[in-house]
Amino acid sequence: MPIITRGFRGHRSGDDERLPPGQYLTHDFPVLSTGPTPLIPPEEWSFTVTTETGVRHEWSWTDLMTLPAEEVTVDLHCVTRWSKLDTAWRGVSLDVLLEDVETVADYALVHSHGGYTTNLPLEDLLDGQAWVAFEYDGDALTSEHGGPARLLVPHLYLWKSAKWVRGIDLLLEDDPGFWEQLGYHEYGDPWREQRYQGD
Amino acid sequence: MTATYDGNMLAGPLSDVFAVEVTTATACCGGCGRNSTVAELAVYGPGPGLVARCPGCDDVLLRVTRTADSIWLDLAGMASLRLPAAGG
Ligand SMILES: [Zn+2]
Repeated sequence: MPIITRGFRGHRSGDDERLPPGQYLTHDFPVLSTGPTPLIPPEEWSFTVTTETGVRHEWSWTDLMTLPAEEVTVDLHCVTRWSKLDTAWRGVSLDVLLEDVETVADYALVHSHGGYTTNLPLEDLLDGQAWVAFEYDGDALTSEHGGPARLLVPHLYLWKSAKWVRGIDLLLEDDPGFWEQLGYHEYGDPWREQRYQGD
Repeated sequence: MTATYDGNMLAGPLSDVFAVEVTTATACCGGCGRNSTVAELAVYGPGPGLVARCPGCDDVLLRVTRTADSIWLDLAGMASLRLPAAGG
């Protein structure tokens, strides 16, 4: 009787099953910052992908707005242990941005205005797993949450979803980012609780 | 957003690292050359780690994180850190 068995698991809403180990649920949207909030007018924003051979692909804000955007609803998991469920975003998939980029790179190093960086495998940016997001909950993304546009990679801890994103370098070898240099995990899968190096 | 804290909040996290009171130490910025006491630094955080920036140019002077079994400290943005010596 699998259906009845499932009913006896005792989760009121199913939220517990959506919380990775060591996380608690929040309904706020905490702001974590490593420096002053950059204020970037959209007309001065651009996004650059640089391949391992040095070929640059650049999009202005206007270019970004002409690309097909998706609305996605995802759960966020921060390494500082809060999780926020069902957050609604609008953005352009990295599948669209990287479609015509020729590369044999395995790694990506993401750069933000203000100097922040974070690294992840290139394959984690593809196949509907990552977006350059510019709307949150139906409104333009505020600067405190990374506007005008941030990376959104919700299957990894939130420090990988770089705010104020300005570009991605595609690399043949992994290059640790801002927190990855200082003991945080190079991959950061919340479901495997990969908080720190060696987890 | 202005800094979350000033450098006085580094006293606790750095007390496991330095044998002397660190907030009165003088940090020389590797970017602009300004000398600041650690207490004067603009500190952001606390998670995933603490980031202390030069009050003159906003360059990162110090980062500290605490992982399961380690304290990680980065002072690469400083030209020097001058600490008070006992009996000095
Ligand atoms: Zn400076």
